Amino acid sequence: MGRLEQTLSPLAVVAALIAAWWAAVEVTGSAIFPTPGQVVTGTFELVRDGTLWQHIAASLLRVGSGFLLAVAVGVPLGLWMGWVPRAFTTLNPIFQMLRPISPIAWIPIAILWFGVGNGSPIYLIFISSVFPMIVQTTAGVHTIERRYLRAAENFGVSRHTLFRRVVIPAALPQIIVGMRIGLGVAWLVVVAAEMIALRSGLGYLIIDSRNAGNRYDLVVAGMLIIGLIGLLLDAGMRLLEGLESVQWRYAR
Amino acid sequence: MPDKIVVKDLRRSFASDEGPLRVLEDVSFTVGDGEVIAVVGPSGCGKSTLLNILAGFDRPDRGEINVDGAERSGPSSKGILIPQHGSVFPWLTVQQNLMFGLDGAAYAEKVALADHYAAMVGLKGFEKSYPHELSGGMLKRAELARALVVKPEILYMDEPFSALDALMNLRMRSELLRILSEERHTVVLVTHDVEEAIHLANRILVLSARPATIQAAFEVPFPHPRKLTSPEVQALRVSILRELGVDRDAR
Repeated sequence: MGRLEQTLSPLAVVAALIAAWWAAVEVTGSAIFPTPGQVVTGTFELVRDGTLWQHIAASLLRVGSGFLLAVAVGVPLGLWMGWVPRAFTTLNPIFQMLRPISPIAWIPIAILWFGVGNGSPIYLIFISSVFPMIVQTTAGVHTIERRYLRAAENFGVSRHTLFRRVVIPAALPQIIVGMRIGLGVAWLVVVAAEMIALRSGLGYLIIDSRNAGNRYDLVVAGMLIIGLIGLLLDAGMRLLEGLESVQWRYAR
Repeated sequence: MPDKIVVKDLRRSFASDEGPLRVLEDVSFTVGDGEVIAVVGPSGCGKSTLLNILAGFDRPDRGEINVDGAERSGPSSKGILIPQHGSVFPWLTVQQNLMFGLDGAAYAEKVALADHYAAMVGLKGFEKSYPHELSGGMLKRAELARALVVKPEILYMDEPFSALDALMNLRMRSELLRILSEERHTVVLVTHDVEEAIHLANRILVLSARPATIQAAFEVPFPHPRKLTSPEVQALRVSILRELGVDRDAR
């Protein structure tokens, strides 16, 4: 399949969906559901008064902070749990129990602990993206092939060198997968995290547009912008998979 | 030839659902300094277990292994294991792999040493390549070079060339012989390929089926380079195959 075709076929589907959406609104004569045209107009309105950039920046800041915090905690913790069996048997059941709790369920506690500033959404984003990173990193260490560990042992390298030059690079492809999933989840929960009364963020934009005058054009605009930024973030994370030292896992 | 490795009464069994699985039973042999010894046997007979024990990655239930007269304790860079499926680190370049086991020396020295051995195994120009960019034969060369660079006294090779096609297998054997003539190593080679054993070894030990014991030993008196099609080599091959119980099919 050519590059052109790879770009054209999804674009064709998007065009068809937009056409169907437009037609459906026109045919049903909905007074409240916006047409694609209205969504574009609404978006330009936000661009012109500058609020769109503020919302995007606020959301990115929260997601960035929560995600980086999750990397800083999840990756070392995952490495430790993968390497030390006692750490794994002790902590894994606890994390497996915490993992399925929806970030939305954490909202009351987040407000209790962190108030209604930036702390709460950052905490919610952290809590939802840290677990996939712990799980993937641990799995990455667990699946290191014994022949590599033995080779390192054979050369008599120190524990420190073994960890730095064998364990971490061997687990790195899985760590990157964990980071991709983690960032995806972090962005996914941004709306829920911003439901807590804050006056900025794309999540706030959506909730507020609905509450303040049924501006469904802005609701849909907010959703689409979240989708587009999510796509860009994932593409950014994918660049990590292009690192030379992880190609062995992704190539072929 | 002084004894390099003395193996006495090795016994090893593994726990299984049907009770203990006896893999090695009273295996004893010696390997002379600079000798190349091949261990052949039916598949699953415990050849790899034996090699892992020799290299220090596994402990026997009973028996002892002396290297240079002292009891061998755990793996060390004195004896490098070359595993069947290779263990070249895929996240490091060829050069970085070769430098992995070198410590102490200055960086420039390590690079020079690594490049010297890369050239020795025919990987000149591929120092900066990653393993996934190399062919199977080149990977084996890298594996060999990484072992040689730390100047081990002993090489433990587990079916090192079995994954290669016949032609590459033959070429790698010749390369190994050339390297061994340049740098004297004691080699314990495990293989199921009798011809490979005759090509490379000074002596061939035949292991029995599980629980494995040493069933027979053959001297290989032919000087290098060996002509594998000669009648003497064929006769030796047939005797070894007969020990392995496949004489009827052997020509």
